[in-house]
Amino acid sequence: MKTMKIIYPLAVALAVMLASTGCKHQPLGITPMREGLTLPPNPPLPPTLPDTNPPGPQINPNPDITSHGIEAANPNLFEDMIEDTNALAAYTIHFPYDSAAIRDSEKANLQSVASELAADPATKLLVTGNCDERGTEEYNRALGERRALVAREALAKLGLDPMRVRTISYGKDQPVDTGHDEAAWKKNRRDDFILLHPNPNMPAGMPPS
Amino acid sequence: MKKTNLQLAVILLPILFFAVAPVRGQNESAPIEINPTITIGLTPPIPVSLTGFSGEVLSVLKFDLYVQGFSFVSPDAAQYQISGSNSGNIIGHVTDKVARKEILSRSYAGASLRREAHALSDDIVFAIRGKKGIGQTKIGFKAQSENGDGEIFVSDFDGGNPQAITHDKTIVSAPAWVPGRLALYYNSYRLGNPDIFYNNLATGEARTIAAYGGSNISPAPSPDGSKVAMILDKDGWVDLYVADADGSHLKRLTKSVEDESSPCWSPDGKWICFATKINERRVLAKIPADGGAVQRIPTPGAPNPTEPDWSPDGKWIAFTSQMGEFDICIMPADGGTPVILVPGQDPSWSPNSRTLIFTKLTNWRYSLSVLDVFTKQVKDIGRISGNDSQPSWAK
Repeated sequence: MKTMKIIYPLAVALAVMLASTGCKHQPLGITPMREGLTLPPNPPLPPTLPDTNPPGPQINPNPDITSHGIEAANPNLFEDMIEDTNALAAYTIHFPYDSAAIRDSEKANLQSVASELAADPATKLLVTGNCDERGTEEYNRALGERRALVAREALAKLGLDPMRVRTISYGKDQPVDTGHDEAAWKKNRRDDFILLHPNPNMPAGMPPS
Repeated sequence: MKKTNLQLAVILLPILFFAVAPVRGQNESAPIEINPTITIGLTPPIPVSLTGFSGEVLSVLKFDLYVQGFSFVSPDAAQYQISGSNSGNIIGHVTDKVARKEILSRSYAGASLRREAHALSDDIVFAIRGKKGIGQTKIGFKAQSENGDGEIFVSDFDGGNPQAITHDKTIVSAPAWVPGRLALYYNSYRLGNPDIFYNNLATGEARTIAAYGGSNISPAPSPDGSKVAMILDKDGWVDLYVADADGSHLKRLTKSVEDESSPCWSPDGKWICFATKINERRVLAKIPADGGAVQRIPTPGAPNPTEPDWSPDGKWIAFTSQMGEFDICIMPADGGTPVILVPGQDPSWSPNSRTLIFTKLTNWRYSLSVLDVFTKQVKDIGRISGNDSQPSWAK
């Protein structure tokens, strides 16, 4: 029984020690790292627009756009021409937000541009595409170019040789209205048409100096 | 009897000891797991103290360290104590409080105070993290005046020492730094058309890269500098093209009526990620750099994505999302849920793959800001010259 007096406390001590090895021990000498801890997942994001449609075959929503695009005109053949920004200023066409679709209401303007160019075969045309300030910069530069292209293609369908037509995008860099509201923005989403006359000081056929 | 009990104790105690000693066996729990995937936007900063510095040196140190994920506390609360002086030469010491040893002791001479302070911040970052700091890196950006004209600038990453590299007095855009070289591609209307140019600031070489009919925009050099991606519409649609670095051997990669924009390369050079539209909705997509099928990259919860940039370590894609305002978002490069971080647009990664620079819009004016994506610590640079935007971080 005396043996039990020793064994019993030892057994208790054993039990206590076995229980305590359930705790994790930090090995000595390791710096607790602040970086890289796994943290709780991000809070839920605010409700948003529905995710984009799954990719499908290329759908062409704008019947004015050709199935393959029209090769750009050679910029060298437009050198030294005189720009007339007023002649066709009344025929500027405007676009819906974030779109290059030509509205039916704009088609009369395009017809007028085509007619003016048809009246003087020596002239050429510069179409400048513009955006309002609300898109990001390179996105707007690309969208502005697309807006100029759709006008060029629409004019081609009206009989204007696309090789007489250059396109330039100004993105959102050249607003006509610097206001920060829809009244200004709708004016800025536009194509301007700039009539180009041959330079009278350059005899036809002479290369630019 | 007592002797027997003692003998018993002598036998039992060692057995007891070995029975309860920690055993590194399969059943033992592992030490705290350090998950190598750092969580975007929620990682705690490393607390440091800064004592003995003043004026411009102090503000440079604080800026550099803040945007690399450090925060500033008293010496008692700091994990690392940074001390030194800048009366005369800059001297810096860093003590690791936990390891209880000095891990940096250095003095600096022979350059401007700002330059020396940036060098010290890099040494601090390296001593603490073992990784290269960004204190001495550079950016390119566009500075635009109210009438739309602008010039391409380069500067220190914090906007210090700005220098114009164009003098075109016209519309310019999209500077893109060539990795590993003191050279940039950019767009300028100096010839009366949006064209792409290349300037090497070290050699003085200046090249016209793309001056085709239509608009030539958004140049993006490959990580090894051997190729350049760009957006052209010479063939009638606004599409993605790739050429050799000098613009030769042009190859068309996409053929879609929708407009593509903002190409960027994966760091292994195998993919080009870009913004486009599918079924009239803005999306991100990628295509093999040698050509192939366009793959959409879903950005759940971050609509209208544009302006992607791929981190140099390959793990993340940063981009702009638009829900009303613009927001900087980060997503895993091989797919996943983006995290929306701070308002801003047009991000560009630094070489460390955690800090990025972006354009901030405040009251319709543009300026640059620097963000650490892991801690979400962000610092404005403040106006450098006109409306500053479209930053490109040199790598």
